Amino acid sequence: MSKRKIRILVAKPGLDGHDRGARIIARAFRDAGFEVVYTGLHQTPEEIVAAALQEDVDMIGMSSLAGAHLYLFQRTLDLLKEKGVEDIILTGGGIFPEEDIEKLIDMGTKAIFMPGTPLDEIIKWVRDNIEPRKGL
Amino acid sequence: MQIVKKILEGDIKTAARFIRDIDDKMPNVSNVLKKLYPHTGHAYIIGITGFPGVGKSTLVDQLIQVIREQGKSVGVISIDPTSPFSGGAILGDRIRMQRNALDDDVFIRSLATRGYFGGLTASTKGVVDVMDAMGKDFILVETVGVGQDEVDVMNVAHSTLIVLIPGMGDNIQAIKAGILEVGDIFVINKADQKGVERTVRDIQIMIEIDQSLKRGEDKDGWVPKIMRTQAIAGVGTKELFDQIIVHRDFLFGEGIDYYKKRKYLRDRLELLDMIESKILGDMINRLEKSGELDEALGKMYDDNIDPYTLCDDIIERLLHKDI
Amino acid sequence: MFKEDQMDKANKMHSHWDARCKKSFSKFPPRKERCTTVSDLPIKSIYTPEDIKEMDFAEDIGYPGFYPYTRGVQPTMYKGRLWTMRMFAGFGSAKDTNERFKYLVQQGQTGLSTAFDMPTLMGYDTGSTRAKGECGKCGVAIDTLADMEQLFDGLPVDKITTSMTINPPAAIIWAMYIAAAEKRGIPRAKLGGTIQNDMLKEFIAQKTFMCPPEESVRVVVDTIEFGAKEVPKWNTVSISGYHIREAGATAAQELAFTLYDGITYVEESIKRGLDVDAFAPRLSFFFNAHIDFFEEIAKYRAARRMWARFMKERFKATDPRSMLLRFHTQTAGCSLTAQQPYNNVVRTTTEALSAVLGGTQSLHTNSLDEVLALPTEHSVTIALRTQQILAEEIGVTNTIDPLGGSYFVEALTNKIEEEAMAYIDKMDDMGGMLAAIDNNYPQKEIADSAYRFQNQYDSGEQIMVGANKYETEDKVAVPLLEINQELENQQIEKLGRIKENRDNKLVDSSIDRLKEACAKDQNVMPYLLDCANTYCTLQEMCDAFRDVFGIYRDPGIF
Repeated sequence: MSKRKIRILVAKPGLDGHDRGARIIARAFRDAGFEVVYTGLHQTPEEIVAAALQEDVDMIGMSSLAGAHLYLFQRTLDLLKEKGVEDIILTGGGIFPEEDIEKLIDMGTKAIFMPGTPLDEIIKWVRDNIEPRKGL
Repeated sequence: MQIVKKILEGDIKTAARFIRDIDDKMPNVSNVLKKLYPHTGHAYIIGITGFPGVGKSTLVDQLIQVIREQGKSVGVISIDPTSPFSGGAILGDRIRMQRNALDDDVFIRSLATRGYFGGLTASTKGVVDVMDAMGKDFILVETVGVGQDEVDVMNVAHSTLIVLIPGMGDNIQAIKAGILEVGDIFVINKADQKGVERTVRDIQIMIEIDQSLKRGEDKDGWVPKIMRTQAIAGVGTKELFDQIIVHRDFLFGEGIDYYKKRKYLRDRLELLDMIESKILGDMINRLEKSGELDEALGKMYDDNIDPYTLCDDIIERLLHKDI
Repeated sequence: MFKEDQMDKANKMHSHWDARCKKSFSKFPPRKERCTTVSDLPIKSIYTPEDIKEMDFAEDIGYPGFYPYTRGVQPTMYKGRLWTMRMFAGFGSAKDTNERFKYLVQQGQTGLSTAFDMPTLMGYDTGSTRAKGECGKCGVAIDTLADMEQLFDGLPVDKITTSMTINPPAAIIWAMYIAAAEKRGIPRAKLGGTIQNDMLKEFIAQKTFMCPPEESVRVVVDTIEFGAKEVPKWNTVSISGYHIREAGATAAQELAFTLYDGITYVEESIKRGLDVDAFAPRLSFFFNAHIDFFEEIAKYRAARRMWARFMKERFKATDPRSMLLRFHTQTAGCSLTAQQPYNNVVRTTTEALSAVLGGTQSLHTNSLDEVLALPTEHSVTIALRTQQILAEEIGVTNTIDPLGGSYFVEALTNKIEEEAMAYIDKMDDMGGMLAAIDNNYPQKEIADSAYRFQNQYDSGEQIMVGANKYETEDKVAVPLLEINQELENQQIEKLGRIKENRDNKLVDSSIDRLKEACAKDQNVMPYLLDCANTYCTLQEMCDAFRDVFGIYRDPGIF
């Protein structure tokens, strides 16, 4: 039996196309040995959760820069619950006002990474906090 | 078994999670697959292979569309390479298949090669069986697309599509050498680009030469077809699908003897593969757990024993279950 | 540029200096092993006549207002008129933004610049399923002509110029602007301004795309053609490097890809049958002012010289105005830090200074809180004051191109030109920008640069003060602009009322005629004006485009 690999979905919800951060983090996760499902731009929460379900990921990382994050994160969390996969952990990165970070955490987002966070720090967080799911 | 029941019911969450177990070679996997096997054999499996950048994923997206328009369900297995340096992978083919993201009758799963060669993953056969057992009518298998050795897909698929684009001069040489026999249908994608006539002609000639070289017993086989598409605009994909159905009808109709022969060879290979990986997996596991490997290296350095002798010794003891 | 005996003397001095440096470094080793620009371009310890000896003053540097325009596009530059201080603004409803515009004009701003919200930028109406939660979040929401009328209500659009940052629906927004002005009795020929309308860089970098590249470029050429004939004071394309740079490109990549986008629009317009001198004077550019001071100045100087030569030699333009690379600059959003945000004022100041020393025609300075959210009125004022201090206090506008002739700046200008030319040659070989985009070539080059920078940042090779050096624990609270959460519903209601009160039969027939024009390769502008005047929504017009041209999706190549 080989060691389970961490699987992560990197998603870019909403309409803004600034995918520099999402792409960098996807590469960094690959280089850290994770399997990264990248769903590309302009995704709705419905599409992101459908992909997370089919791909059986341990974590979703959503990048958001255009200000619609409160809706997008809440909707994603609601859908994860609805589909019975609330064990998939939601994290986020991008531009968020300080007080919104609290709101995002309160609604159930596990971690928020602001611009300037070193990649190593994010990877370490994943290693410390994300456990690949047990077998069925 | 709850897992089997749920997969047979088409439950996406259970299927998705069980696929992960196959990929991770979890111990319980073969017990479930045994129970799923009697429920397989319904799906028609289409393999899609070709060099990177020829538009395989976009073509898959269009085929999904055509299949759904006919009211049939579809599973997709899309394979990307694992980085040999980190063991990680970026699985990005889904991006081009997002049109049907919310359709429950479309199940897309991305897999990483994890060091497996031949264009597929070690788990592909198992994943195909899961999707088949879920009741998918069609299963599309998109290979990793890195080179010319991607012939494994022919052992999984009923119809194998080789995707090319115009102006691939040298690559066609490679195909000649490598995977001509694999292709049931050659798809010239991006057929609006210049050089398409030349590419069609080149392949046509290749097919003709190949047919004339074949010995008598192969003559009842299928003569590969050439189709043109512009996947990005959806041009020619309906016709391509129709051609796949023509091939299916051939396999189960006048070509049935040919198909049976092909299937026999395939099943034989698969069984052999399974045995090989099970024996190998078991032995390597025992070896690694025992610490014998490091011990042997110690002997190599300290006692100047050559690796060939050490190898024979280890195999001997593995076979006698001394390790 | 120098006499032989002068060069001999200089070279002798150089070896003396070299020896002294070695001695000194043996006691105090160099602070850094490798000195590079933020784009990873190696920089020498000193530049001398040796570095620019091949240059010819008249051919390569010259005078401002004269070919090849290295030193500036006008002979008088800021001696005559300062650059336009143009602050990007837009948030919430048309009414909110209209108030902000009026405030900025009162504060002495000389041109307006409009930011639209994401649904507008992507061609969706407020309330559309893909637009949920995004109304008014990063700009103003425009659904119909009614919003446009309200946005510029009471503003003298015949006297001030208006810049609108919009891409896939640029032709539609422009049509709405023209229609709104004409309803007030202002003829289109009097309107001055800019639509960004640069679709190529969307596929390369910013990723706000709607239809496939070829069809997108066709609509851009429609606007170029229409502008040349009917709206002669309008800049129909703002060929933008800003977003390419923000996506992680180096300075040379920004320059190369932007100029090549420009080359492509020129080529396509000529193919349409337009005379190069009939439209080229209305093409303008938009660059990033990144943190590396000299590299940026060199980039602007190289850009002017390269464009002038392309226009003259490659496209045989004869009107000198066709050869001028006029550009807007915005300071680099990606150089700002969320940590210790007040430091951003300093960064923005030096970036703005590089744009001024590089001869920009207009400038937006970022506000200190832009990395956190939309700027408040207070922070926007500081950013505007920054420009006014540069213009009127520190003396840099006293003389034109003050860094011209600097060994370093001239050598760096040459170096960046050389690097950019290598990219341009490569894309020529590929068969042009559309082919390069199809091969994901610029996208991959930029992604590689972005990843390299991130790793250098993580290792401390590239410093961002307050973020990866001199960090502090204490957080500075910055007051942030709140967007009214009720806005989305209000905007949806407003749109509903308009849809009820318009002549829906007329809407349908206008849209049908628009689709026909799309399919038959007729210039879409007159049809868009009809649609705007009948209060078709932005999305209805965009859907017509999507129906006929198809939808482009992110290829997602790594």
